[in-house]
Amino acid sequence: MTTMAPTANYGHRDYGLIGREADAAVKAGLKSAEWYHTDVSRKDMKELMKRSDQPAIRDTIIWIGAFVVFAGLAIWLWPSWWAVPPLLAYGVLYGSSTDSRWHECGHGTAFKTAWMNDAVYQISSFMIMRNPTRWRWSHTRHHTDTYIVGLDPEIAVMRPPAALRTALAYTGILDAWDAMKSMVIYTLGAIPAGEKTFIPEMEWPKAIAAARIWFAIYAAAMILAVYLGSWLPIALVGTPRLYGAWHHVMTGLMQHGGLADNVLDHRMNSRTVLINPISRFIYWNMNYHVEHHMFPMVPYHALPKLHALIKNDLPAPTPSIWACYKEMLPVWVRQFRGEDVYLVRELPATAKPHRPDLHGQTQAVAAE
Amino acid sequence: MANWIEACAADAIDAEDVSRFDHGGKTFAVYRSPEDKYYATEGLCTHEKIHLADGLVMDNIIECPKHNGRFDYTNGKAIGAPVCINLKTYPVKVEGGKVFIDIA
Repeated sequence: MTTMAPTANYGHRDYGLIGREADAAVKAGLKSAEWYHTDVSRKDMKELMKRSDQPAIRDTIIWIGAFVVFAGLAIWLWPSWWAVPPLLAYGVLYGSSTDSRWHECGHGTAFKTAWMNDAVYQISSFMIMRNPTRWRWSHTRHHTDTYIVGLDPEIAVMRPPAALRTALAYTGILDAWDAMKSMVIYTLGAIPAGEKTFIPEMEWPKAIAAARIWFAIYAAAMILAVYLGSWLPIALVGTPRLYGAWHHVMTGLMQHGGLADNVLDHRMNSRTVLINPISRFIYWNMNYHVEHHMFPMVPYHALPKLHALIKNDLPAPTPSIWACYKEMLPVWVRQFRGEDVYLVRELPATAKPHRPDLHGQTQAVAAE
Repeated sequence: MANWIEACAADAIDAEDVSRFDHGGKTFAVYRSPEDKYYATEGLCTHEKIHLADGLVMDNIIECPKHNGRFDYTNGKAIGAPVCINLKTYPVKVEGGKVFIDIA
């Protein structure tokens, strides 16, 4: 069972990476802190961490094949309305499945062979519109300081939730707009101040080079569209990030939505959700999100095994996407009236207790 | 001047694995390669001070368990983001079935 509880009284949160909340988190000892880990024997962990090319090669052949089939159908049927269904499927591959490929290959765990991780990482970064350097470093920070306010640059739903922004996320419009702005800034050779807090200076040239390559690709697609007198190149490059974004937003918001912040225990701030096999393929098993955060070196294909091994120490997984939204939405609504409200994850009797005094929370308050 | 310290029994580390060794307020990582050669580095990742002994050894690479940063443990070289600073390495010898590292 999951219940709602007020957190310690933080007042209005400042999510800026160089704001007052960042200073407060450092003073509270939440920066780069030691996190709770379930005990797993070295033997078991070595087996789980073992890398293999085979599962990711298989999945990538299916993935590329699906791209080719749906893009081919869309091109063949264009400009008839019959092109819409294959374009929608292509859009989910382009604007959603690349989120998980970007993620897994960024960790370097999907494939055993480094260049395969790098190749899929670069392609996925382009499609999901995340600068490969900037986002590698922001995700590193997300793992160091998961949902620590003022330190984590990847907090998807802040408190109180920006309702319009969250709703628009499903269309990809705001992400794409931010990505395009960022691409232009980087292309001009500048790095924003907040991003300088997590991207080392030696990496800035890589971020700028990637932005310039992207700029050239988008320019080429637009020139081709004008030359052909057709929207087709635009329908296949760039805009699928908008009309195909809904699935990665739907699954991504489940990762931490409505849960505790400023707590050093992934069982409290992350969520594992059981989902259908098609979504699991698109999402590359990132629905096992507590397990992923606790042990990020375990490849996506081994996460179900890891879940089976440690589930007695974790909150029960949320049984479906529907159930997850049913528990998240009321909390987000409550946060409009008072942002210090969150979902408390209940641990089973077999689990080691969450220790707020040892793991970040400064105040424990009875659940409603 | 060399300062050889006994770290562990040679057979206490599996091939292609790593073990933690603490001494004098410092922590070290001792590696056994797939070719049965032994190596030692400082024990904490240069990125965010995580114990490398909890990481994964693949051939001559140690991967940090927190952010998956990779080093070549035979020479300490950082392989790429998010690790940018090389690891300090230490000479190793095996005598009488025991692994010694020179921490001088």
